[in-house]
Parts: sequence; structure tokens; C-alpha cells
Amino acid sequence: MDKTPFAISLAPGSSTADKTGTWRTERATYVTSMPPCSNGCPAGEDVRGWLKHAETEESYEDAWRQIMIANPFPAVMGRICYHPCETACNRGVLDESVGINSVERFLGDEAIRQGWQLPKPAPTGQRVLVVGSGPSGLSAAYQLALLGHSVTVKEAASEPGGMMHYGIPSYRLPRAVLDAEIDRILTLGVEIELDSPVDDLAALMQAEHYDAAFVAVGAQIGKRAYIPAGSTSHVLDAVSLLHSVADEQPPLVGRRVAIYGGGNTAIDAARSAKRLGAAEAVVVYRRTRNRMPASDSEVHEAEEEGIAFRWLSTIDHVDADEVTLERMELDADGFPQPTGTFETLTADSVVLALGQDTDLSLLDGMHDVDVTDGVVRVDEIGMTGRSGVFAGGDMVPGERSATVAIGHGRRAARAVDTWLAGQVAEPQASGPLADFASLNTWYFEDAPRTHRSRLEAVRRSSTFDEVVVGLDAETAQYESRRCMSCGSCFSCDNCFAMCPDNAIVQLGMPGEPYAIDLDYCKGCGLCATECPSGAIAMVPEEI
Amino acid sequence: MTITPRELYQIGTYAAGNRLLDLDQRSVQAHGDRTNSITSGHRACQGCGEVLGARFVLDAAMRACDGKVVVSNSTGCLEVFSTPYPESAWQVPWVHSLFGNGAAVATGMAAGLRAQGRDDIRVVGQAGDGGTVDIGFGPLSGMFERNDDVLFVCYDNQGYMNTGVQRSGATPASAATANTKALGAEPGNIFGQGKDLPRIALAHEIPYVATATVADLHDLERKVAKAMTFRGARYLHVLVPCPLGWRSASHDTIKLARLATESGMFGVFEGERGDVTAVSPIRRQVPAEDYLRLQGRFAHLFGEHPRPDIVARLQEQADRTIARLGLLGAEPHDHTLEV
Repeated sequence: MDKTPFAISLAPGSSTADKTGTWRTERATYVTSMPPCSNGCPAGEDVRGWLKHAETEESYEDAWRQIMIANPFPAVMGRICYHPCETACNRGVLDESVGINSVERFLGDEAIRQGWQLPKPAPTGQRVLVVGSGPSGLSAAYQLALLGHSVTVKEAASEPGGMMHYGIPSYRLPRAVLDAEIDRILTLGVEIELDSPVDDLAALMQAEHYDAAFVAVGAQIGKRAYIPAGSTSHVLDAVSLLHSVADEQPPLVGRRVAIYGGGNTAIDAARSAKRLGAAEAVVVYRRTRNRMPASDSEVHEAEEEGIAFRWLSTIDHVDADEVTLERMELDADGFPQPTGTFETLTADSVVLALGQDTDLSLLDGMHDVDVTDGVVRVDEIGMTGRSGVFAGGDMVPGERSATVAIGHGRRAARAVDTWLAGQVAEPQASGPLADFASLNTWYFEDAPRTHRSRLEAVRRSSTFDEVVVGLDAETAQYESRRCMSCGSCFSCDNCFAMCPDNAIVQLGMPGEPYAIDLDYCKGCGLCATECPSGAIAMVPEEI
Repeated sequence: MTITPRELYQIGTYAAGNRLLDLDQRSVQAHGDRTNSITSGHRACQGCGEVLGARFVLDAAMRACDGKVVVSNSTGCLEVFSTPYPESAWQVPWVHSLFGNGAAVATGMAAGLRAQGRDDIRVVGQAGDGGTVDIGFGPLSGMFERNDDVLFVCYDNQGYMNTGVQRSGATPASAATANTKALGAEPGNIFGQGKDLPRIALAHEIPYVATATVADLHDLERKVAKAMTFRGARYLHVLVPCPLGWRSASHDTIKLARLATESGMFGVFEGERGDVTAVSPIRRQVPAEDYLRLQGRFAHLFGEHPRPDIVARLQEQADRTIARLGLLGAEPHDHTLEV
């Protein structure tokens, strides 16, 4: 340096001797936060993770395996889930939410087509009983089998699947799809005993030497409201109706059917009645459409099929060929109040879809299991008051859906596993949420959603053929690529390119694409602002 | 319902890189082996737009010319923060002489190379807006007129930031600087003065003129590469927001460049031999106010005694640029295919 004349020639890049990182008051740091989709998924799927795999054809199987970590029914749930993930999706703010559910179905169908299976784990020698083979029971059985436990499932009905088989009509869920996904669980070594109702759980566990039990018997009994009805009137409940249809012994419903209730079961019953030959199916609901608990897409499809709706109406009494309705009005709190105005509706039969109750008699011998309001109380890991007995699905408090049930099954399986090891499971903590404000959406291509096409209405009103058609490979990939990867780096190189100080190093390693060179990071925050997915945070330095 | 499938690459070429695209479709800046023409340890402010602009331009030029680029640099921030004795942040052959003569030095370098028959080595002259539109304007205009084989790049941060934020011929109307205070009935820089150098350059009918910003990396790099396909005088004018002089947050530098183009306050176009040949259309139009509000130099237009009349005049300027260049409704670049 002595021999270098002033201002004549300086060594190239000699500025690196100056560690300008000392200027910094905040440092950039890579973060991974909870995307709204996963946060909203009751089954706990890593949606962002598997969508990323689904962006290229070569990694469809990886995507499917990622789903299978949380949910053993991608093809089923890709059809029947009410996709709270999509409701929460940040892309919905930008244009339309990512069609997560349709991609899940595509991957699930692909797995069935290709015959993808799961590796069998080494057995632990411990025996776990699962009561009920609905989504919750099978989810728990699957997870426990993956952990190497020996699982026996007792099912009261003669077909496995619970409400997936007996509640959801085949035009929404073809039976071949359900059976394929159940068979895959059985291939793992799960034993299922059909036509085997459990009437005394404590006795059974002792007699057959189970170390732990997961109970998920569901809510199979249609609620009966007292409605004055003439002797010749034809009143049945929706659960039984759907059950009989699943057994291929559909009841005669007549030409005109009134369905009473506003949930998804009411819609299923109405759409099934139409397919059974009813010329008119009318849903009677005491409140308004926007207060209806049924999923929007179900209601929309029902309307397309010609299902009629009577809003703000209750059934006062039922006669042989007509129903008397009372008009309601909503009070200031949104509750329906009677008006004293009556009208009649012609109906050959009335289907009640007023909610479902549970049959918990199998727990009668367990006095430490707390049953309140007809449901079983469980703690935050899914255990009942009886140590080693866990419960989930429709028989525990909370929202009732197949997705919630799958989540319960997985949660309980994890807890059963730790309990069997003599430990107590910790409830799963979730990190900070990657909300829309944390993203820089400028960088995403303008890409409207691809919608799944639907079967023509004429075929829908007469057959139980599947209504919603799946995506093809091209559109599934397109849809996956609409994911904005909220809260997780997806290697776009923006930080690397836009650092004025070259303080970002490309590592190119999976899960760790970049590092920050704190010798030179001045803490300007450009990388964080220009990160499309909100995966960089500025953290104050201790000064 | 009809579905029109289309190849989608999530971020396309809006972001610097994209793991779904081939490496050659990603920006030069996304390449791990980029030149880093100006490297770490320089003393530019936090969030400096100019150092980004310089690295973007020179790395792209190095790639386009197989690493054979020599650079002349006028006095200014870029020169001062990159070469405090005894250090240099440059990793390309680089020379500084005076404030006003950057273009003349580049002319001389080009002449020298021509005399040696070295047409493989390309010359880039670079300066801030002061060294381009004011102090260095005479040599630059001469360089254009003689059609010397130089790409001259102006990094426009709209003022003399190095010496304490004084007004230049590129400072926008109403902006407060050290010598255009936000005082009186017409606060800040007055309306009706200043120079639009890209249009002046275009009027010289040189082979290639383009504007760009640090917010659209692919566009900027493409223009540098395109400029290198021409021989003769070429001019590239790059908007580089300045957190110090604009009194903006250091993390908003690129966002401000983006808002400048999306509001029409800065028009992005390219032209050949006197005619505009292409423009970068506005993708999501915003009012000029969105751009102005993030900058302390325009703070006197908002706040306790707001001046909506002046904001409206600035909006009129933006509307005029939008109309002149046809920035609305033009065909957008295809960000899925553009290389």
C-alpha cells in the first residue's frame, strides 16, 4: 500500500476491508411463519409445503407424501372438504384464493392411479383400539400404524368409512375413491372388524388387552324435533335417508319433498331426494341464506340442480300431503322470531335435517369420562378424563366436519404414542401468522384461478354420478404455482439481487437458500420490503 | 366453463430469479457468478439506489461484453462512496477524472481503443444527474453529436446529494432541497424549469436511448444488453431513489422507483435514432400522491397545511407523461417468456 501513489491506483475490491455492517441498527434475518392456509386447516396439513412440490410434475409424489403426513385421505378430502384453507388464503385478497382443494384431489387421484403406498414401520408390540371407522378413527388408526403400533378398528356398521360412506352422497364422493384410500390404510396392517359395535369400552379393553383406545363413534342419530304430524304423514330424518341411499335401499320420498334444516346435511338430503326422483325438493330454513351454516359451494350447486329454498320459515305441523310453515323474522340479534303468519307447502314427505346426536352408551362404565351436553369432554391433546382413553370427531365439542375429525385423529394418535411411552404430549404451538400485509405481491404474476368444471345439470338431477370434475395435470400445476408461499422463502433471488451491499450469499441448499453476511449488512431493510413472501424480518440489534 | 391453460411460473420474471425457470431466463443479478462490479464495503448510505443501479448496469454490461468493459466515472456520490483512499469497491477497470468531463474521458477511452484496434473492449461512461444534465452536459452533448462509441449511463437521484442535497436540473418541481426550501407560496423547487435529458438525448438522434429504474431489473438488464448491440453513442437514464435526499425510508428505495413508474411520474421507454420504439406500460396505476407521500422532500404538500393544488399540478405532469408515451393500455411485456 505504501508504494501506491495517492489517487492513482487502488486495488480492486479493496473496500471489503471496511466492515460497513457496523453501521447497522437492525439486522435482516430469514424467518418462516405460519401461512393462513395451514393455520386454517383443521387437519393440520402443510399446504404451502405440498403446493410447492406440486409445482413440478416430477415431485407430485413428494407433494402427495407431504399431504399424507397429516391426512390419509387426499382424494376424499379433495372432494368433500369445505376448504377453510381457501377461505383463509392470502391470494384471495389479490385476485382469487388458490384452488388448494382441487390440487389436493388431483394428487389424491394421481396416487390412486399410480398405486403409491406407504412404507411399513417396525412394530412396537403395543395394541391400540380404535372405535369407529369414520374419518377420525381411520385417521388415528393410520397415524398409529405409521408409528408401528398394532391397531384394531371396531366398526358397528357393515361398511367402513363412517359418515364418509353413510353420510356423504356418492355424487360428491364416489365409493371407489373412498374404498381405495381406506384399503391403503389397511395395507399398513390396520385390522378392521365390521359389524362389531362396542357396548362396553372398559370391558372390551380389558378382555382384549388394549394398551390405549381412541373413540370416535361420531354423531349418527338424527335429531328429532317435536313437530305435530298427522298419522298419514311421511316424516323421516336426513341421516337415515342418506344411510339408506348408501345401502342402495333408498326410501320412497314422493314427488315433492320438504327438507327442514340449513346445514350441509340438509343440502345433501335435498340433492339426494332430487336424484331419487323427486320433482320438487324444497329446503325450509328458519333464517336467511347468508346465515345458513351450509357451505356456499354446496348451496350454489344445489341451486343449479333446481333445489328450491324457503327462507325465514319454520315447520309448524305436517299433514298427509302438505306442510304448514310459519313465517319468521330476524330480531336485532339475528335470531328468528315467529310472526304468526302461516302458509302451506305441498309435500309428500318431510326430511328432518336438524343436527345429529351421539350414542355414547359404550362409555357408561367409565365414570371418569365427562359427558356434557351429549358430547365427551377432552383436553387439548384429545384425552378424556380416563387416562389412556382418547376421543375425537363429531362426539367431542367443536365444529363437526370430516377435516376436523381427521385433525382430531392425528392429534390423538400423537398423544397416544407419547402416552404409551409414559410421557405427556405437549399441545402443538403455532408460530406468527404470515398475513397479507407481510407480502410484496407486486412480484406475482397475474393469474386468475382455474375452476373445476361441473357435470351438466341434466345428468345431475337423475344420477348419482360425481358432479365436480377434477383438474388435469396442466391446470393442477398452474393452480399450485399460484401459491404465494406466504411466510416461507421460495428462492426468488430478490434479496440476493437487491442488496446494495452484496451482503446476501447464495447458498443454494434446500431449506437454506441464502445467508446474510453481517460484516456488510447495513440493515437498510430493502431485502425485507422486496421479499415477495414475507420471509425476511428486520430485528433490532442490541446497541 | 372454459379453462384456458397457460404456462405460469408463479413470479415469472417480475422477481430477480425463479427456481422454475432456466438459469438463463433469470436476471444477471440472480446469478451467483455475477461480476459484482461494485462490491461490499463501499460507503453508500443504507438503501442507496445509485449503488444498486451501478451494479445492475455494469454487471449486465460485463455479461453482455464477455467481461471486457472499461468505465469512466464523473464526480459524485458514486465516485466518492466507492473510492475513499486507500480503498476501492470497483472490480472493473474504472477511472475518475473530474465532475464535468466524464463523457469527454469516455470519448478519449473509446478513441484510444479504436486506435489500438481493440473493438472488443467497450466503454461505459457514468455519472449522477448533476454530472450529466448540468455540469457534464457539454461534453455529453458533444459525445452524442460525434456518435462516439460509448454507453453513457446517468444514475438519476434528482439532486446533488453528495454535497448536501442541492437542486439539480433533474430535481422535480416542488421538491424541497437545501437551496429550494419548502417556504412561501410556491414551496420547494419551482415549476417550469429543469431538463428532461432522455428526450434531449433522443433529439440528438443517436443509435439508442432508454430510461429504466432499479425497480424493474429484467427491463434494465435487457436494455443494457441491447445497448451493447449498437456501436456509437448510446444513453441510458436510470432512476435511482435516494433515501438521504428524498428523505425516504431506506427500505422503500425500490418501492419508490416502482411507484414513480406506476404513477407516471417517471416514464420508462426506449428509442432508436430519434424515435420512441417501446414503452413499459403501467401495470397497476397509482395516483402521484402515493409516490409523493413516502418522501420527506414533498412533506410540505401534506400534513397540517396541505397543498392539494400543487399535488394536482404534479399529477398533471404525470398524466402528460402517460399520454405522451401511451403508458396506459399498451401491450405489457410477457413476463413469462421474456429473456
